[in-house]
Amino acid sequence: MSFPWANHYEPQHPFMRYMDEKLPLPRFIYNAIGGGYPVPRNLNYFWNFGVLSGAALMLQIVTGIVLAMHFAGNSALAFDSVEHIMRDVNSGWLMRYAHANGASMFFIVVYVHIFRGLFYASYKPPREVVWLLGIVIFLLMMATAFMGYVLPWGQMSFWGAKVITGLFGAIPVVGEPIQTWLLGGFSPDNAALNRFFSLHYLLPFVILGVVVLHVWALHLPGSSNPTGVPVKSEEDTVPFHPYYTAKDGFGLGVFLIVFAILVFFAPNFLGEPDNYIKANPMSTPANIVPEWYFWPFYAILRAFTFDFFFVPAKLLGVLAMFASILLLLFLPWIDTSPVRSGHYRPLFRKFFWFGLMPCIIVLGYCGGSHATNGVVLVSQLASVYYFAHFLIILPIVSRIERRCRCRTPSPKACLARLRPHNRGLEKNGSHYRFSGRPVLFGHARLLGHPHRLQYGV
Amino acid sequence: MLGYSAIRTGYNMVSDPAAATAEEEFHQHVKSVSFSFEGPTGKYDRAQLQRGLQVYHEVCKACHGLTQVAFRDLADLGYAEGQVKTIAAEYNVPSLNPETGEAETRKGTAADKFPSPFANDIAAKAANNGAVPPDLSLMAKARHGGPEYIYSLLTGYQAQPEELVKKFPDSKTGPGLHYNPYFANLNLAMAPPLPVDDVETDRKAKDVSAFLMWAAEPKLENRHKSGIPALIFLILFTWLTYMSYQVIWADKKKH
Repeated sequence: MSFPWANHYEPQHPFMRYMDEKLPLPRFIYNAIGGGYPVPRNLNYFWNFGVLSGAALMLQIVTGIVLAMHFAGNSALAFDSVEHIMRDVNSGWLMRYAHANGASMFFIVVYVHIFRGLFYASYKPPREVVWLLGIVIFLLMMATAFMGYVLPWGQMSFWGAKVITGLFGAIPVVGEPIQTWLLGGFSPDNAALNRFFSLHYLLPFVILGVVVLHVWALHLPGSSNPTGVPVKSEEDTVPFHPYYTAKDGFGLGVFLIVFAILVFFAPNFLGEPDNYIKANPMSTPANIVPEWYFWPFYAILRAFTFDFFFVPAKLLGVLAMFASILLLLFLPWIDTSPVRSGHYRPLFRKFFWFGLMPCIIVLGYCGGSHATNGVVLVSQLASVYYFAHFLIILPIVSRIERRCRCRTPSPKACLARLRPHNRGLEKNGSHYRFSGRPVLFGHARLLGHPHRLQYGV
Repeated sequence: MLGYSAIRTGYNMVSDPAAATAEEEFHQHVKSVSFSFEGPTGKYDRAQLQRGLQVYHEVCKACHGLTQVAFRDLADLGYAEGQVKTIAAEYNVPSLNPETGEAETRKGTAADKFPSPFANDIAAKAANNGAVPPDLSLMAKARHGGPEYIYSLLTGYQAQPEELVKKFPDSKTGPGLHYNPYFANLNLAMAPPLPVDDVETDRKAKDVSAFLMWAAEPKLENRHKSGIPALIFLILFTWLTYMSYQVIWADKKKH
């Protein structure tokens, strides 16, 4: 797979040769995450987060399987069985806190991973299918996390389930029958809890399957890199093992330190106190909020407060919330700029850092706050920007950016704009000689740079 | 459509600004109390927990259950086996007569959990002016502020400020309710459980808050005790992985 200069698997031991003939699993692993997968050598730490997401998924599966051995998926028993895990099961508190905070850690690393994809435009061809599969994984994760949060059957579990399944009720005509069918009743109860438990156990393995496809699709074109310029020769790459296994090992260590601090010293920091109250259908909490990782989407859902002609506000909110994620599926075709990395897209970068990022943070803040008029107004403005960013700004930016970007008086000034890799430019007679990373030169050429640069090592 | 919603929301904000509420103006944040179990190496103060249990036993248990906590767990508080049995025997737990099968109560044993003072929520409501006294097992984790909230609530009873009544005549504390600025809607059905002007009240409130924290999080000490070595191990592990990362990349870092 990937590049023609990839190392080939050559089993030495007779047993491994036998294995290779009968079941070439070692060869498969060698080519996937071993020495047989060449990776660009210039990756920064943002490229650690794919492996970290995989590690978080495995942590969730392992702790989850142990928890399922002690959990009772019944509305009369669920809450007490969680307390049984916390009090009576050996190291049960550790398993549960690791699982609850593991979900948060999973979303943190996945959000950084998606951020990486957005800034470095990893979604562009030839990796568009990798991106699409990533969005599928994200949607599955959201469904799994939502159903997992219902299982302890606390107040927020119950009311969260009620609000989210109530979204289906917004669909005209068929909405309410669908909602009743999904819940197995008119309101969340034992039937809903039990099926959520079943699906919460199933979906992580579906995620695992899609992760395999995600990695498979990635291995055909190979990994992208911070400059966005495809690697050209063996010089530009290193084998995944040992180079990136070592770097990912270090990343995993840092991940586990943050994780351990949460689990051992602040296990309830990211949780909602209301979920330590047993579900009570007769008492609505003052402020129903989802877990922090859903806040931006929750803010978009709540941003629609008025019916628009005959379309009810609730339906608009539901459509907008799903659209906010589904529109990411079209990103590879919305962003038409041939330049990939945000480092080399001055205009894109401005909108990214001063538009999209603050917008998502503001949406997150609004989604977690009590919905006063002010909060709603701010989330409406931020939602407008969110959609405008992807549907209006990005297509325009990716068209106009190319023309204006190279009007610099000298190659040096141009390369200064192509920061941060502007080292190693020397004048050599009438030519500029560049001794930096070869990919940078390739990039300047990609842009049709008017100045002549001579590349020499 | 979003723009339409935004314009209407903005218009509403100007034309019909949300009226201030008594809760917004008079609700107070929890008092800051220092407990021995705070911080990454925090431990429970056994003597304080025992005094807290005493407060629960004398004051809270009349109305509030502690149904997630078993008497055997009290060994964590430093009680010997015999003492645990004695404490358990002071509670009556629901049971069945082994001869007739009829419902009855018997004295608690170490294996039982703290019983609920009422047979069910309806009985609890009937005895308490329509309000169900919540179970206290998880109270220290079920409110923002945790044990500090419990302490603030227990020591926060006071006469309703006159300016509140003047400004919000509708928010006057109703009959059967008691004003407390630490409670979410300022008025609660529970009468002050500890006398307001007693010198012991502050100490007792602190003790019972610590005890309820233990009841909600009995494994806190195990957590802290295993967290420190886990963290030390992880820091060493990360340092080693960083060193190997540097060694492995040594020949590639030169451009």
